[in-house]
Amino acid sequence: MNGHNIMTTAIENNIRLLEARKAQVQTKGSEPFNIACEKQSVAGSVSQRACVFCGSRVVLYPICDALHVIHGPIGCASYTWDIRGSVSSGPQLHRMSFSTDLQEKDVIYGGEKKLEKALLELIAHYNPKAAFVYATCIVGLIGDDMDAVCRRVSARTGIDVIPVQSEGFAGSKKDGYSAACHALDQLVGTGDTSDIKPLSINILGDFNIGGETWVIKDYYEKMGLQVVSTITGDGRVDDIRKAHGASLNVVQCSGSMKGLARMMKEKYGTPFMHVSYFGIEDMSRALYEVADHFGDKDLLKRAQDMVRDEVMRIMPELRKIRQDLEGKKAAIYTGGAFKAFSLVRSLRTLGVQTTIAGSQTGNPTDYKQLAELCDDGTIILDDTNPLELAKFIQETDTDLLIGGVKERPIAYKLGVAFCDHNHERKDCLAGFEGMLNFAREVHGSLCSPVWKFSPFRQKHKEAVGSSQTTEKPKATYIPTNVIKPGETSGGGGESKFATLTIGATEVAK
Amino acid sequence: MSLLRHTKGGEVHERQALTVNPAKTCQPVGAMYAALGIHKCLPHSHGSQGCCSYHRSTLSRHYKEPAMAGTGSFTEGSSVFGGQANLLTAIENMFTLYKPDVIAVHTTCLSETIGDDIPQITENAIDKGLVPEGKFVIHANTPSYVGAHPTGFANMTKAMVDYFAKSTREDKVARRVNIIPGYVEPADMAEIKRLAKLMGLDPIMFPDTSGVLDAPQTGVHEMYPAGGVTIDELIAAGDAQQTIALGPVCSGPAAKALYAKCKVPQTTMGLPIGLAATDKFVMAMRSLNGGFVPEEIKYERGRLLDLMTDMHQYFYGKSVALWGDPDQLVGLSELLMSVDMLPKYVVTGTPGKKFLKRMGDVLGDKVHESFVRQGPCADMYLMHQWIKNEPCDLLMGNTYGKYIARDDDIPYVRHGFPILDRVGHQYFPTVGYKGAIRVLEQILNVLMDRQDRDSPEETFELTM
Repeated sequence: MNGHNIMTTAIENNIRLLEARKAQVQTKGSEPFNIACEKQSVAGSVSQRACVFCGSRVVLYPICDALHVIHGPIGCASYTWDIRGSVSSGPQLHRMSFSTDLQEKDVIYGGEKKLEKALLELIAHYNPKAAFVYATCIVGLIGDDMDAVCRRVSARTGIDVIPVQSEGFAGSKKDGYSAACHALDQLVGTGDTSDIKPLSINILGDFNIGGETWVIKDYYEKMGLQVVSTITGDGRVDDIRKAHGASLNVVQCSGSMKGLARMMKEKYGTPFMHVSYFGIEDMSRALYEVADHFGDKDLLKRAQDMVRDEVMRIMPELRKIRQDLEGKKAAIYTGGAFKAFSLVRSLRTLGVQTTIAGSQTGNPTDYKQLAELCDDGTIILDDTNPLELAKFIQETDTDLLIGGVKERPIAYKLGVAFCDHNHERKDCLAGFEGMLNFAREVHGSLCSPVWKFSPFRQKHKEAVGSSQTTEKPKATYIPTNVIKPGETSGGGGESKFATLTIGATEVAK
Repeated sequence: MSLLRHTKGGEVHERQALTVNPAKTCQPVGAMYAALGIHKCLPHSHGSQGCCSYHRSTLSRHYKEPAMAGTGSFTEGSSVFGGQANLLTAIENMFTLYKPDVIAVHTTCLSETIGDDIPQITENAIDKGLVPEGKFVIHANTPSYVGAHPTGFANMTKAMVDYFAKSTREDKVARRVNIIPGYVEPADMAEIKRLAKLMGLDPIMFPDTSGVLDAPQTGVHEMYPAGGVTIDELIAAGDAQQTIALGPVCSGPAAKALYAKCKVPQTTMGLPIGLAATDKFVMAMRSLNGGFVPEEIKYERGRLLDLMTDMHQYFYGKSVALWGDPDQLVGLSELLMSVDMLPKYVVTGTPGKKFLKRMGDVLGDKVHESFVRQGPCADMYLMHQWIKNEPCDLLMGNTYGKYIARDDDIPYVRHGFPILDRVGHQYFPTVGYKGAIRVLEQILNVLMDRQDRDSPEETFELTM
């Protein structure tokens, strides 16, 4: 495949990587796959990663009837105030920002008293179901005994006050997930499970962004399963308390919730399975595998019926969208690697090829699986930075970037379409409904007429007109009801090329 | 209990230990923003990865631009043994890979508490040959537990003077004026420069984020967009005839340092928001250009005055709640007072000397009708409690006012930093005569939209 050669050369010749980062970038098919990952970012890199605190904060944040108090200077609270669109069907307490706002004198004399006062005041005012207290860098350093404060306040108020050991420097975002799981572990097992049926599950690792947990929960309930708790999307403290009563943990998002699933397996024997809810294939597989686990024919039958109905419902529009997207190329940069798998498949459903796939926190197994899934020539990246990302996008002539808040302006500056698949997505992208939303979002950005003005595309038009490249001609700015997918592949026909290179208005002729 | 109904009226409870919904954020993000206003400068966050990531995200959300900065990637090890190794590696890596002219290091609560000595580490880096010829490493101490984001901006701006400004001659260069713009939008910086040039001056503006955080789409990833003050300009600032510092909190310290170091006389004044403050700025420049004000500026002023006259009848007696950075709040208050509106509630989490006195001066005999609060626990929650007890007609401030606007159904103009929920604000200045026109138009639009929405059919009128 010619894309392979182009991309390998891209890495070797054109992009300067930090020596220490070289092993974290690989091209599928060019060498035995053995990517380096799970490393601390190199100092001085413009990393897209965050910290331990961030990991804990995003995971626990959606528990909406708990109090979330950030023990530290103001910044950590300011930056995480209502930034994640995890929707709640009830309480909104999680969206408030509470901070001890540590000052210089607190750093010198300690912040324990301040924390205790703040907690007592808050608990008296809001009467929450539980309270999470997050440690920030400085707390770890000045040695506040957060555990003791939490115990004292707990004893005095009768409310579970749970310390989260999330000092920013103590590892990566992943370690923050793990700290969050430990905090959750303190709640699980404290509730009454007598009303829980055998056909029951917990939904782990979905955060209800754009109402995704609701969609997934609805599927499972339609199958006939009891959903005991959703951890943590639209989460409730009392549901989490009885999560150990469920027969199965269904875990999405490989990084964040595996820890809790493992703890529950060890403590309560609850089995768990990994699933993904993005894309038709993965969504359907999730439902079937859960049905399989219970070995219940009725469950499976209802799952099959539902999948059939849903797929039939969304397929006509997906097909239409696919006509416009066929042959386009996408880059994926996600937080965890697990989501990238689903995205590669979802994009394939839309006729879009993945040229670059990477994540902030993937592990060796993740990347191996990712590489197996991708076509030869796909560039696999761990913990990348804007410079690499921009270069790879340009050199692979990618049309679309899927990422988060820091990636969006990079794409736009290049004149490349973008889809937010992170905290700032506003629509539900999970489930069948979500696949359709995803297709619409990708379509909306990729086929926007704004790109026809972008310098990158202009240059590209010139390049396509003159070069000997055997790559597929681009059709970004072309109304695709004019150019059929078959016509654009191969790219040899001069007459078609001539039409393609003229410009959007003339192409429509 | 809905998000928007958390705040209740009644007695305003005095909190000591708790900040709820802050009206500020921490120093490093201000330092990062200021550093981006140096041409070919890469800010470096000497601390954990999260800090850098949060600051870059916040800047990207506000400016809708890539915000480049390196991270110290601190670990448990660095927090025990100090961050020297991290900074040395960072300096080497950044110069090798990203090729900046300057690395601007700011500290975090973590590295401050560990006690890393940045100048000593930098010297070490120079000794080891990690800083290429003609390249620089500068630094500012920005512990998050002192001050707030404007403090960080001020500290990094002062660092530019400390590291670069040089006095190279006996006499100062006529008409060369240093302008320190304060924590304002890139569009504001461009507007201030435009005015200075119209006044026939040769301005050196620092920092200058215009052309950096409002850069055009070029089709390539520009690690360093075209804008920003250059090193040569920063050096030359030491020979300027005068420094004009806009905003005592954000710009004052650098102006004073420049006077101490290079004997450049300085004037510190408020941000030029509104007619009177812009007049003051123009007069300060007039004293440097031989005493003329060009027709173009007079024309702009005349148009603003005309618009204020056209609008004043609608503004009479309206009360406003304001929150944000001290320098901005004083400027906005003055503008509001000039059209007979009352800054009724004013809140800032940012400490800064003389803020209360400055507010008192602006408010004059209305001072007893206003609630002004500064410092810890001066937060959005407090402001909301005040509003619950006695409503006001308009909200002005950053994005964090949207909850109050919705809960209490109050017209709302976004202003300041950060604005995370609207696009385009970064292109429009709010300083100078032109900027005031925009601010007044925004205010009147939301007030009249409200009137249109609320008026019964019989008084719903075509002309207003």
